[in-house]
Amino acid sequence: MAESPTATQERLRVVGRRLPRHDARDKVLARTLYAADWQMPGMLEGAVLRSSYPAARITRIDTSRAAAYPGVAAVLTARDVPHNILWTDVPGQTSIVGPLRARVQVLADDRVRYQGEAIALVAAETREIAARALELIDVAYEVRPGVFTTEEALRPEAPRVHEESNLLATWRVRCGDADEALARAHVVVEQTYRCGLIDHAYLEPEAGVAWIDADGVVVVRASTQVIEHFRDVADVLGLPHNKVRVIGPYVGGGFGGKEDVTVEVFLGLLAYRTGRPVRMVWSRQESLLARPKRHPFTLRYRTGAARDGTLVAHRIELTADAGAYAYLSALVLLYATVTAAGPYRVPHVAVDARAVYTNNPPTSAMRGFGAMQMVLGYESQIDQIARRLGLDPVEVRRRNALGRGDRLPVGQELDTHVAVAEAAERAWAALGPPRPPSSPRHRVGRGLACNLQPYGRLVWLRDWASAWVGLEADGSVAVRTGVPDVGGGQASSLCQIAAEALGVEPDRVTVHIADSALTPLAGTTTATRQLYMSGNAVLVAATHLRDEVRRVAAQILETPVEQVTLADGAAVAASHRSVPLGDVVKECARLGVPRSHLGVYHAPAGDPVDLERGGGRVFPDYTFGAHAVEVEVDVDTGAASVRRLVACHDVGRAINPQSVEGQVQGGAVMGLGYGLMEEIVVDRGVNLTTSFASYLIPSALDVPDVEPILIESGDGKGPFAARGIGEPPIGPPAAAIANAIEDAVGVRITDLPITPEKIARALGLLSGG
Amino acid sequence: MTELRIAFTLNGEPCEVRTEAHRTLLEVLRARGGVEVKEGCGEGVCGTCTVLLDGEPVSSCLVLAARAHGRDLLTVRGLGDDQAPHPLQSAFVAHGAAQCGFCTPGMLLAAYALLRDHPRASRAEIRRAIAGNLCRCTGYTKIIDAIAACAGGAARG
Repeated sequence: MAESPTATQERLRVVGRRLPRHDARDKVLARTLYAADWQMPGMLEGAVLRSSYPAARITRIDTSRAAAYPGVAAVLTARDVPHNILWTDVPGQTSIVGPLRARVQVLADDRVRYQGEAIALVAAETREIAARALELIDVAYEVRPGVFTTEEALRPEAPRVHEESNLLATWRVRCGDADEALARAHVVVEQTYRCGLIDHAYLEPEAGVAWIDADGVVVVRASTQVIEHFRDVADVLGLPHNKVRVIGPYVGGGFGGKEDVTVEVFLGLLAYRTGRPVRMVWSRQESLLARPKRHPFTLRYRTGAARDGTLVAHRIELTADAGAYAYLSALVLLYATVTAAGPYRVPHVAVDARAVYTNNPPTSAMRGFGAMQMVLGYESQIDQIARRLGLDPVEVRRRNALGRGDRLPVGQELDTHVAVAEAAERAWAALGPPRPPSSPRHRVGRGLACNLQPYGRLVWLRDWASAWVGLEADGSVAVRTGVPDVGGGQASSLCQIAAEALGVEPDRVTVHIADSALTPLAGTTTATRQLYMSGNAVLVAATHLRDEVRRVAAQILETPVEQVTLADGAAVAASHRSVPLGDVVKECARLGVPRSHLGVYHAPAGDPVDLERGGGRVFPDYTFGAHAVEVEVDVDTGAASVRRLVACHDVGRAINPQSVEGQVQGGAVMGLGYGLMEEIVVDRGVNLTTSFASYLIPSALDVPDVEPILIESGDGKGPFAARGIGEPPIGPPAAAIANAIEDAVGVRITDLPITPEKIARALGLLSGG
Repeated sequence: MTELRIAFTLNGEPCEVRTEAHRTLLEVLRARGGVEVKEGCGEGVCGTCTVLLDGEPVSSCLVLAARAHGRDLLTVRGLGDDQAPHPLQSAFVAHGAAQCGFCTPGMLLAAYALLRDHPRASRAEIRRAIAGNLCRCTGYTKIIDAIAACAGGAARG
């Protein structure tokens, strides 16, 4: 197993400091050029014609009027696409369905499977002309019966979304004997939970510009979390992979929604066809309609515990709506399956998980990726067990909390610090003494929820990241890495790591990111992996470089190399004699000693394991945390509001505490929105929430100040023992809120979002079903 | 299509554009290179495209460009620049209030209008003032911290 590189500097100078990010100044001065801000001479505007129906056969497409419209440069349909299928390989083997190659058609050929599916592309001189041309494309549909719930889709006689079965993927875990243990348990809680379809709702809609460079390379500059999509663009165009380049500008929010291809392939097709630069900017309405979303799950839990609150068994059945295309559904389902028992020691666990095709919008990656949906299940269950047994909510979690050396139900041994109990205690204690309700019609309650979330990708994927670090003759440092920065401080954290290793101030480091032609590939900005993976890659490169430089500095300083350190932009001997870093670099150049290094970090890797037999390691490691909330419920209206939200996570080490707090606060508020207000409403495949006026995300008035508590256990697999923190904070809020509502008014809400109507109904304030 | 001549002051400079009557202020500003004004939803909900029209925050996606004729427009580039950033801009950097940064231009202008009229605004008043500017990254706490730091004390409730 690969171990993380470790720093040998005795004292940290830059890591751990609350430093403003280098990109923040550009952002407040509005100098950052986002994807849609890019302009080129002769640039066309691209647009997408989308399906009006969720399930239909296309009997005819006539593009002649659109193509003849003045100002239209190209109209493309499926037959114009050289290779119309995008493939994703899903490693491992799902339990019943088997190996999966997930496919998406670039443009619909003869069938559409969800409302909003792309059918045709247009490039035109202006956006208006492009919009008019879309209207002039004549599509004849033959509407077909669709399936719109997972129950419908699994009936034997149900219409099939694809040629194969509607059962897309299954995973199964068997650890001990759950049925036997449940039969013997002192208390058994059985409950079904539902969580809904959620949109990423980043403020920057999908956008990009593509052009053909002088050397014939197709260049796509797009808002993306994955510049490696250059390969997808090349495959669709039928070009060699090295003839497509993707540039990733600073992204206006990703959260998983810019992990799958969005505009890149469409732009590549239009630029290649027209030979001109083409820009495509999706509207908010288009983004809400057509882009993959978070999986809704039905979670059925039977949980047994002993008299003292010790958990003995879970029997868990999970069903996820994958929508019309597979995308990453099998992997999302895997994350759910692996984490479904929560951060607790449970000796007997059975999990049966299914992902099902429907004619609903496709679902794929979103922050938390299957693991976050499970928190509502396992944290509502443990809370009800505590309540049933009259136990303190912190005590029951402490009693069951995983520790280092324990194994997850899939057999993975936890080989780093596990801070579940400490996080629960600290978050709960931070709420302090109870505060009175704000009026006689309000009731106040408190809730707690813990979670675990993997950081880094599945070990079967044999993940790696590379980064180049170089020293200039003036002592400044350049980092080149293919990391897309989606707003989480991905790039600036790498500056801090390089600055630490090379003994310079962070403002002496420039980081060049996210260009598949020019920066070493770093892998995706997803799966809470960039600080972990690329942070380690930068540290590998910078540490190697530091040792080269120290050797040369030792000669200059005429001192043993072990006594040379790099600090304050100089190489310093034990005698405090020093030489400026730039002078050492010049001497390196004279001697022919390399002044740059390509660092590669390989994550722990392994073969796919059989989850059912308890095979072993699935993820490199996990981040653990707990949130505590104080909620106030209006017993006249059912409205719930969160008055306090304390969010505690073990981050191993905070490279930049301010950035880490920002991730925790933002993730917690996104989790609050998921718990209380957000829902894409789909009626028989028709999306009713395609505007920000109907898809509500939290405003400043809907949330309290989030109070972060960072545990720095000094144990984790990232650089300087850091753990990933991008996804983990979105997990606990919804369950903590549900637990607090029961504490306040005695009703258990099991369906998200917890709207005033659901609470009012549970309180008997409303009649009818 | 009817073309109009529209003259206004943009960040202190006189400015004249010819545009069709149906154009929004957002479209006209971006078309002339004012890409500091971002489009987040196009329906007046998210506040990303906020500019100050005669000092008042408006969603430029909902304002016809013709309505700016003869009036004073401020975008975030009029607040400050690299040599002399506005204190709010410096505070947003110092407090980590900009993550992805896409809401930041609109958020800064909403904050600027608030503090101009209410220089000692409380945290609760700040929350109300930015409630029309959505942010998906920060959870708002650090944005409010930054604005409060410019309002004469972060500790005021």
